[in-house]
Amino acid sequence: MPLDGNIQPEAVISVESPAIQAAIVLQDLVKFFGRFAALRGISEYFVPARLYVVVGDNGAGKSTLLRVIAGLTQPSQGWVRLLGAKNAGAVAHRIGYMGHASLLYDELNGMENLRYFAGLYGIPDDAVCRDAMRKVGLDADLERRVGQYSQGMRQRLSLARAVLHDPDLILLDEPFSNVDARSARDMAAVLGRVRDQGKTIFVVTHQAALMEQVADEFVQMSAGKIVSRTGPKQVSASVAVDAGGAL
Amino acid sequence: MSSLSLARATLLKDLRMEWRSKDAINSMLFFSLLVVVIFSFAFNPTAEESRLIVGGLIWVAFLFAAVVALNQTWARELRNQVLDAYRVSPAPANALFVAKVLGNFLFVVVLEALMAPLFVVFYQLRSVGPVWQLVIIALLGTWALVVNGTFFAALSIRTRNREIMLPLILFPISIPALLAMVDSTTAVLTGESSPDFWMKLLVVYDVIFTAVCLLLFESVLNAE
Repeated sequence: MPLDGNIQPEAVISVESPAIQAAIVLQDLVKFFGRFAALRGISEYFVPARLYVVVGDNGAGKSTLLRVIAGLTQPSQGWVRLLGAKNAGAVAHRIGYMGHASLLYDELNGMENLRYFAGLYGIPDDAVCRDAMRKVGLDADLERRVGQYSQGMRQRLSLARAVLHDPDLILLDEPFSNVDARSARDMAAVLGRVRDQGKTIFVVTHQAALMEQVADEFVQMSAGKIVSRTGPKQVSASVAVDAGGAL
Repeated sequence: MSSLSLARATLLKDLRMEWRSKDAINSMLFFSLLVVVIFSFAFNPTAEESRLIVGGLIWVAFLFAAVVALNQTWARELRNQVLDAYRVSPAPANALFVAKVLGNFLFVVVLEALMAPLFVVFYQLRSVGPVWQLVIIALLGTWALVVNGTFFAALSIRTRNREIMLPLILFPISIPALLAMVDSTTAVLTGESSPDFWMKLLVVYDVIFTAVCLLLFESVLNAE
């Protein structure tokens, strides 16, 4: 939902405000790279337990928005509030992030990668890593190093890494790129089930048609702004046309 | 998981990756070997002359070899943007820094242990002063190089020419430590003066720069 301009953080998090329930609150978000404005004043909020699909052309600011929300990039102006906290660091254990790159070590195998990242979240249990691999359809006993994985396997392992610690807010940047159509549909179904467990999911993708069945809302970005937010049925036709080539 | 456990896990991960790829250690060994052999043939020094020049030669070899390891240490984290996975996690930044410093320290110490016999053979080296002092100087000097080097390598990872940037930043700030390493090594080898002052300087340098790097590393890690 769009917020009124110039709202202060304290005003947004008042008891009366609907944003008190929000998983993500963005206020006057601007991001410059040199003289180029990647984000141009975004003020929105996103409620929990919903699956948002962010669509838009290349250069629309989707990935930048995701990185700003994840706390990987600082906004030039404005602020982000995640799960009620003023900075992402305070709720880092409740956020899962999957980047455009795999965020995996090529020299290690799948389990070694997950074991290391599980350690960062204080998870000592191997069973959690094995379960995460199983959920994305990978064999935990596969000795092959990630550098020898196919692109699709990397994407699935990357997704497993992002959701390993059972985060409340999951941010995914192009999770279906280079994944075959069947695996991508399976992954979309997995995301739908995760959302049903009460998690908030933010997916940036060019393959919006894949998310048609599970998405709660499509967020359309253009030239660094959110230009519309619509339900899946409302964008059905346009998404099908947009994603036709990609699928 | 405590910071110490995280540092240990990161260190073990780095050692495993280095064991498999051998990116750093091969280049370090090759570079140091070149320095030993080329200077030995160029100078063909007597045992007396060696004691005067080897203090400098040893540290030139180890310094440049350390730079190779230091560049590799963060290159691994930049491939596939893995560093982002660490940055979005609740793991403390200093655990990563400590692991990287310890990893580089191990690599350079192993290199020194392998190269020391070659220096003895090629330069007919016999120390006049006690050898245990050389060991302490090597450990203190190596720590000075890697703690600063790891920090400044992290500082330069987002620059375009990071492999050139690192020596440009690292060498000037390491001058006091380099001076102490070379002079204390020469003092022990020749036995003509006491290395105490230089060794104390190295200890102070190590303590100050370790503390400063630990304090500032989180800002460096999250800088854009």
